[in-house]
Amino acid sequence: MKFDFTEEQKSMMEVGRDFAEKDILPTQEEDEKAHHFRKETFKKMAELGFFGCVIPEKYGGNETGHLCAALLTEEIARVSASWTLPFNMQMWGPAFTILNYGNEEQKEKYIPALVNGDVIGAFAITEPNSGSDVAGMGTTATETDDGYILNGQKMWISNAQTADMSLVYAYTDKAKKHKGISCFLVDMKNNPGIKTAAIETKLGLFCAPTGEIAFEDAKIPKSALLGQKGDGFKICMWQLNNTRLGCAARGVGIARGCHEHAIKYALERTQFGQPIAEFEMIQDQLALMYVEYEAARLLVLKAAYEKDQGNIGNTLSVSTAKYFAGEAAVNASGLAMKVFGSYGYSSEYPVERFFRDAKSLQTVEGTSNIQKVIIARAILSK
Amino acid sequence: MNIVVCVKRVPDTETKIKIGGEGTKIDPAGVEFIISPFDEFAVEEAIRIKEKLGKGEITILSLGPADAQTIMRKAYAMGADKGTHLNDATECQDTLAEAQALAAALKGMQFDLLLFGKQAVDYDNGAVGVQVARLLNIPVVSRIIKLDVADGKATVERESDMGKEVVEVKLPAAFTAEKGLNEPRYPKLMDIMKAKKKPLEEKPAQLEAPKLTIVKMDYPPARPPGKIVGQGEESVPALVNLLKNEAKAL
Repeated sequence: MKFDFTEEQKSMMEVGRDFAEKDILPTQEEDEKAHHFRKETFKKMAELGFFGCVIPEKYGGNETGHLCAALLTEEIARVSASWTLPFNMQMWGPAFTILNYGNEEQKEKYIPALVNGDVIGAFAITEPNSGSDVAGMGTTATETDDGYILNGQKMWISNAQTADMSLVYAYTDKAKKHKGISCFLVDMKNNPGIKTAAIETKLGLFCAPTGEIAFEDAKIPKSALLGQKGDGFKICMWQLNNTRLGCAARGVGIARGCHEHAIKYALERTQFGQPIAEFEMIQDQLALMYVEYEAARLLVLKAAYEKDQGNIGNTLSVSTAKYFAGEAAVNASGLAMKVFGSYGYSSEYPVERFFRDAKSLQTVEGTSNIQKVIIARAILSK
Repeated sequence: MNIVVCVKRVPDTETKIKIGGEGTKIDPAGVEFIISPFDEFAVEEAIRIKEKLGKGEITILSLGPADAQTIMRKAYAMGADKGTHLNDATECQDTLAEAQALAAALKGMQFDLLLFGKQAVDYDNGAVGVQVARLLNIPVVSRIIKLDVADGKATVERESDMGKEVVEVKLPAAFTAEKGLNEPRYPKLMDIMKAKKKPLEEKPAQLEAPKLTIVKMDYPPARPPGKIVGQGEESVPALVNLLKNEAKAL
C-alpha cells in the first residue's frame, strides 16, 4: 500500500488549485449574487482537460483517471462547489456512460464534444413525483416507425436550460417496471417538443444552472437509444455509481474549504484578549472538522483508486464515500459557521455559501438515506 | 530560434521557512518546492516566442539537487522540449560558482535567446543571469517586461524609477524576466502526462570551490505591536505627530 501521490498527480492538483484561486475566486461572489454560469470559465476548464480524465485519448480525453478527476474536483470545490458540477455534467455523467454503453457513432458524436466543452451535457432522471424511487418515473418514450416520442417532465435537472445534450431516462414499456426503462441521448436544442425553465428557488449552488424539462410529443430519432431497450435502469444505476464519486469529492472539497477558513479565522480573531483558537471548545470544533475531512478524503481516494484499477461497479465504496463526504461537508460548514460567529451567518464570508452548497449533497444523486440502503444491502449480502 | 531557459527550484512562496543546516541553510523538511515564479515568466515567454514563430526548440537548464527535475518537468508540461539538469547535491550558495557551472554547460549549446528570471525567490540575489551573460560574453538586459524578436535582434522594454527604456539587442543575448512580462499558462492535463517522456539529461554540476558562503541566517525581527493613539477627530494631531516624528512616514 502506497500513500504517496505521483509527481503528475501533484502537478494536476496544483493546476486545480491555481485555477480555482485565479480563475474562479475573483468572480465567485459576483456570480453567486447574479446566479451566473460563466461560460468562459467552463470553456477554460474544458481546454485544460478537466473533463477528459476518464476518457481515452481517442475521444479527446487524457486518461489521467478517476483519482485525478477526484483530486481536481476537491481542489475546485475548496473554492467553489458550483464549479465542480461540470465534472459530472460533462464527464462522469454523459461522456463516461456513452463510452461504456454507446455505439461507435454515438461515441464519436458526443464524447469529444463533451470533453472539449463544445457541447454542454446533462442527465435527466428525477421528476416532480419521482426522486429516490427511480422506477416510479412517469416520462415515456413511445416507439414510432422512425424514432421515439417523449412525453413527461423532469425536475431539478442540472444544466436543464443550458444543456445541448442530455441523457434522458424514460419508460419504453411501463408494464415491465424497472426493466421497461430506456436511456436516450437527446439533443436538447431546436426540438419544438422540448421546453426548459430555470429553477431559481434553490438554496445554493447558484453558479450552476438547475431547471426543469418538459417533453411534449418531443420527437427523437431511433439512433438516440443508448444500449438496448430496457437497459435504462441498469445504465442509470451504473451512471450514478460514477457521478456519486464526483459528489463525494465535492463534499471533501467543501469540508476542506470550511476547515481552512475556520483555522485562519480562529487564529486571527481575538476575544477575551487572545486568539479564539486558544479556546478548547473552538479547538474541539477545528479538530472534528479536520478528522471528518481527512476520513472523507481517504474514502474518496479509495473509491477512485478502485475505479482506476478497473472496478467501476464498486457501489459499496462509492456509496460509503458519498454518504460520509456529504455529511462531513454539512457538518464542517455548520461548525465553521460556529467558529465564525455572526460573520459565519453573513454572506460577507464564504462559510455561509459553503453551508448552503453543502446541504445539496444530502440530496443529489441519491440521498444520504439511499446511500445507507445501498451500503446495508451490500454488507448484508456479503 | 533556439531558446534556453534557466530555471531554479525554490521553496513554495507560501511555505513558512525554517532555518536548518547549522543556521546556514533552509530546512527542506516539509517544504514544497516550485519553479521560481520569475523563471516561470521566462519559460512562458520562450513558449510564446516559439508559438509565434511556429518553430524552434526550448531547452531547460537547471542547477540544483535531484528534485530540480520535478520543476523541469513542470516547464516541460507548459511547453518546453528538452533539458539538462546540472546535479548539485551541495546546494551551492555562491552565485558566481553557479554562473560558471551554467556557463560551462551553455558553451556546448546553440542558442539565440538565453532567458532567466530576474532573481530566484529563495536568496533573492538577482545575480546569476547577468553573471552567466558576462561569462559567455553576450549582451544582457535585465528585468524586461516586453520581448519582441525579429531579424536576428530583440527589442525589449524595461522599467526603472526614471521611466521606461526600449532597448535593441543583437542576438544571441540574455534577458532576465520581470513580473509583467506575461501571465504564465496552466499546463494542460495531457501535457503533464507527456512531460515525463521528454528528454532530460543529467550531468554533475562542475562547481568550483565557493568563494562565498553564508555564515549565519536569522529570522526577520518580530513586528512590534500596533499602537492605538486614540479615537475620533481629537486624536488626529497626535497621529500626525507620530507618523511624522516616530514612523517618519510623512
